[in-house]
Amino acid sequence: MHIFEEIKKSTITAVWFVFLTFPIMVIRVNTIHKTIEWRWDNMIMVAVGSFALSFVWRYFMEHRQAPKPEAMGRGVPWIQNARQAIKHPVFFYSAIALLTVFAVIFPFIFSRYQVNIMTTALIYVMLGLGLNIVVGLAGLLDLGYVAFYAVGAYSYALLHLHYGLNFWICLPLGAGLAALFGIILGFPVLRLRGDYLAIVTLGFGEIIRLVLENWNEFSKGPSGIAEIPRPPIPGVELSLSESSVFLYFLVIILTLFTVFVVNRLRNSRIGRAWIALREDEIACQAMGVNKTATKLTAFALGATWAGMAGVIFAAKTTFINPASFTFLESAIILSIVVLGGMGSIVGVIASALILILLPEYLRAFSEYRMLLFGAVLVIMMVFRPQGLVSTVRQTYQFKGLKKDKEVG
Amino acid sequence: MMERLLDVKSLTMDFGGLRAVDQVNLDVCQGEIVALIGPNGAGKTTFFNCITGIYAPSDGEISVIPPGKKPIRINGFKPHKITQAGMARTFQNIRLFPNMTVLENVMLGRHCRTTSKILGAILRGSHTRREEEETVDFSYHLLEKMGLEKYANEFAKNLPYGAQRRLEIARAMATEPFLLLLDEPAAGMNPQETKELDDLITKIKNEEGISILLIEHDMKLVMNISDRIFVMEYGREIAKGTPLEIRENPKVIEAYLGEEVHA
Repeated sequence: MHIFEEIKKSTITAVWFVFLTFPIMVIRVNTIHKTIEWRWDNMIMVAVGSFALSFVWRYFMEHRQAPKPEAMGRGVPWIQNARQAIKHPVFFYSAIALLTVFAVIFPFIFSRYQVNIMTTALIYVMLGLGLNIVVGLAGLLDLGYVAFYAVGAYSYALLHLHYGLNFWICLPLGAGLAALFGIILGFPVLRLRGDYLAIVTLGFGEIIRLVLENWNEFSKGPSGIAEIPRPPIPGVELSLSESSVFLYFLVIILTLFTVFVVNRLRNSRIGRAWIALREDEIACQAMGVNKTATKLTAFALGATWAGMAGVIFAAKTTFINPASFTFLESAIILSIVVLGGMGSIVGVIASALILILLPEYLRAFSEYRMLLFGAVLVIMMVFRPQGLVSTVRQTYQFKGLKKDKEVG
Repeated sequence: MMERLLDVKSLTMDFGGLRAVDQVNLDVCQGEIVALIGPNGAGKTTFFNCITGIYAPSDGEISVIPPGKKPIRINGFKPHKITQAGMARTFQNIRLFPNMTVLENVMLGRHCRTTSKILGAILRGSHTRREEEETVDFSYHLLEKMGLEKYANEFAKNLPYGAQRRLEIARAMATEPFLLLLDEPAAGMNPQETKELDDLITKIKNEEGISILLIEHDMKLVMNISDRIFVMEYGREIAKGTPLEIRENPKVIEAYLGEEVHA
């Protein structure tokens, strides 16, 4: 019988778990009385718990739809219907209008805390979209993306500190410097791909952080740089809360700008070259694509957004130190891209909002929040390995010689 | 004498101590279909990889002569430069871009014939828009010629095998080559598909005016369509000539069958 098979497997899992957790969950040595306490009730809890979890897990694994990734979203009728519905102009524009209204009134109906975490989340949307160019489109696994974020943040902080340059000048400068660093990283790794590339970029990220941490004369080391001004509006004095609202709107505008640019790049000659490079490097070159130039533009453009996000981050927190730019940040940004669906803009936006806002709203669960967060990630990857939104390529409709373009 | 398009002189390729290609001479003239045959491991694909820039040859001279232009020595050129010069190839094991649509696969072939840059892509000015439109039209037209237009918006990986082979040829043709290099185009095809491929290659030569150099194991196809045949064995060129000459050549028969046979 099928059900007996399931029960048997779950029982084995439970026994195995009991065995594994036996030393820590059941045996406790009381060092004062020099006795051993046997906590059998714990063992029963582990057994029942792991049996139930395993059973539920098996049930879901059994019942999940597991068609091939490309069939997902295309084959499943309700998703297809949903796609059609979303494309319908009435629905599409009303959704856009609603979102716009919500985004505009958001800072006025919610607390400053909410506005601040939303700003942070939007910064991560920018970072995610930037890394999406490198990882999602060009297929270059970059584990040191946070380096460019640091370059942006430190270029604003240092340029302000030494030359008194203001935010508006530093925004493009930070982006430009990050792009330059993108090219500097790009050159030595042109021949590398996959795991090798990942390791070198990881090293690059660490180099930048360690330089910032140890070169005291240059970056003030671990003590960081404080009193970085928030973005000013010339001639207007902003209070603290006004200034965070202003920053919120600024980030919204820059995010929209990012979406606009990435979307246009994706379906352009350059974007196609990136994707082709990801799909098959040798065939791509043999079809006349300059590998060097294409890889470098991907690195440079990806880094540009990180640089811009870095400048905003510095302006938002008004204090930066190297501890903000650890590998963990790179990992989070990478999770945003992977979770959202490689190459998908909507997916990256959604996953950035989820990944950054979720831990904030889970604060109620205090010490369990990271556990829950991890569980959400794992479940996500099991049930939708291709990410929240699988990419749909631009399609073209041909009727004789007349054609309509349709963006999916 | 017909105009030469490709001229390879004593091409040699070493991998460490192994000489995969040894002093091979080969040439292709305008309007010709030339076949390169030989037993497995004879170095045919290595030869292809050398002349398309995937490997840098150890020794020898490779020149392409675009019709009506001066010869270009392409030793050590990057692959994309060679494609730009007008020589495009397909691969023995199909190398499409599986997660791009069929149309996009062909559009990528237009990459080296178009110019719009990052800024153009972002601003999408009139030049970029016109170029993009031309690219789509050109690519779709090409798909129609290859009988693939019904698949235009499918992912390349979802195509049937024969269609994938044809798509690879279409993608190579999108680069507007004067010489098309086909690496075992009939591999894995049934006799019916091979027959269609035969027609297709002849059509490409006659209608598009593209000359062809191909590696192939299907002797029927090779003997049917080739104007000249080069035979390789153990990295060396052992024979060349018309299909008729090759068929009679004792060296070729030996290479294929191991010993002389009495027909």
